[in-house]
Amino acid sequence: MNTKYVKGELQVKALENGTVIDHIPANKLFKVVEILQLEQIPNEVTIGNNLASKRMGKKGIIKIADRFFEEKEINRIALIAPNAKINIIRDYQVTEKKIIELPDHFKGIVKCVNPKCITNNEAMESRYDVLSKTPLVLKCPYCQREIREEELQLL
Amino acid sequence: MSYSSLVSITDYSKEQMLHILKLAAGFEANPNQDILQGKVAATLFFEPSTRTRLSFETAINRLGGRVIGFSDASTSSSTKGETLKDTIKMVSNYADIIIMRHFLEGAARYATEVTDIPIINAGDGANQHPTQTMLDLYSIQKTQGRLDKLKIVMVGDLKYGRTVHSLLMALMHFSPTFYFIAPEELLMPNEYKLICRENNIPYYEDSVFGPEVIEQADIIYMTRIQKERFTDLVEYEKVKNLYILHNYMLNDSKNNLRILHPLPRVNEISQDVDDNPKAYYFEQARNGLYVRQAIISHALGLV
Repeated sequence: MNTKYVKGELQVKALENGTVIDHIPANKLFKVVEILQLEQIPNEVTIGNNLASKRMGKKGIIKIADRFFEEKEINRIALIAPNAKINIIRDYQVTEKKIIELPDHFKGIVKCVNPKCITNNEAMESRYDVLSKTPLVLKCPYCQREIREEELQLL
Repeated sequence: MSYSSLVSITDYSKEQMLHILKLAAGFEANPNQDILQGKVAATLFFEPSTRTRLSFETAINRLGGRVIGFSDASTSSSTKGETLKDTIKMVSNYADIIIMRHFLEGAARYATEVTDIPIINAGDGANQHPTQTMLDLYSIQKTQGRLDKLKIVMVGDLKYGRTVHSLLMALMHFSPTFYFIAPEELLMPNEYKLICRENNIPYYEDSVFGPEVIEQADIIYMTRIQKERFTDLVEYEKVKNLYILHNYMLNDSKNNLRILHPLPRVNEISQDVDDNPKAYYFEQARNGLYVRQAIISHALGLV
């Protein structure tokens, strides 16, 4: 059954205070939950997925009550949801909109494609330098391997 | 990371490289000194490499230091499942410096993150082997009297050969002209050619190893073409004899030309080249001793 988008009708209950992450690709929603470790927080979290979106067809949305993320934290989802929109809500009003930006360096999230890399063989966190954002090119500072978007494997 | 570790050749600035080369010349003139007296160096060879290990251990012994370690992971606790981190932390309690070779790429970089004592990378898989690069540079400087503006010919496996990649990076500081001679399947990777272009370093690529390029060369750096690198064995059979250096090919070469090779060689340099005064690969290996003496004493802040 197709969900029809009706203007003015909220698909997910409005938030009084907190953060809304909108326009998440539907197939990446649960990855976003994982990266932001939302399963571990006590706050009220509302998740909607496969919602109708004019721009994306289907999208995911996450509303987290009373939680405001640091830029560094939220930017971790840039690899999988680069076009997601972050809205900061205070007293039912959007008080701030943030754009996600991939940082120049980040830890975890991605698996190094080199099976002989130390990060794939030792209990340690992987780490990457972002050489280029579009097209995406990462570099593992350990084995020096460059990783392109099409070879990206998430942890 | 501790300041004095050496994991990749790019950890050294041009000034540091020149400083190490100068120190190495001092050790060549006087290889037996007591500057490591009272120091313990650990040589951790998770992957065996007798040649490299003996060179390091000789360097330490000739400077009066003592050596602990293992030459094969099968005799170490890593076979019991100990992590690299734990091995490094444990050895750091005993030694002043760690020299390590590992089959995993990035192992030495990771080791610098878990200890405060200096780490010298003696090879991490197909990744880095910076002391080899320093001995290559030393050999070039010693035979040519300079490092600047030389014509460097690299021959053979330029795709997977870590020694040619590191040497290329080191020579970026010295305005070389490169000639990359390799079969189609083993060309110099684009990322290194891009680095040359960004640094205005001229390079020429050819699949023919012939007189035109040999006659211009100041240095010919030979590498081994390994059968297992080829997906198409017919292709291997076709190219395997095209990148062999024979003595007659050196007839019209420059007087200052020297032939380098990281060793071990198989058949890519014919035996008849060995007696040619332009053959330098055995002396090159000996230079490794002085360069490693310099790198170790520098890493410990003793020189």
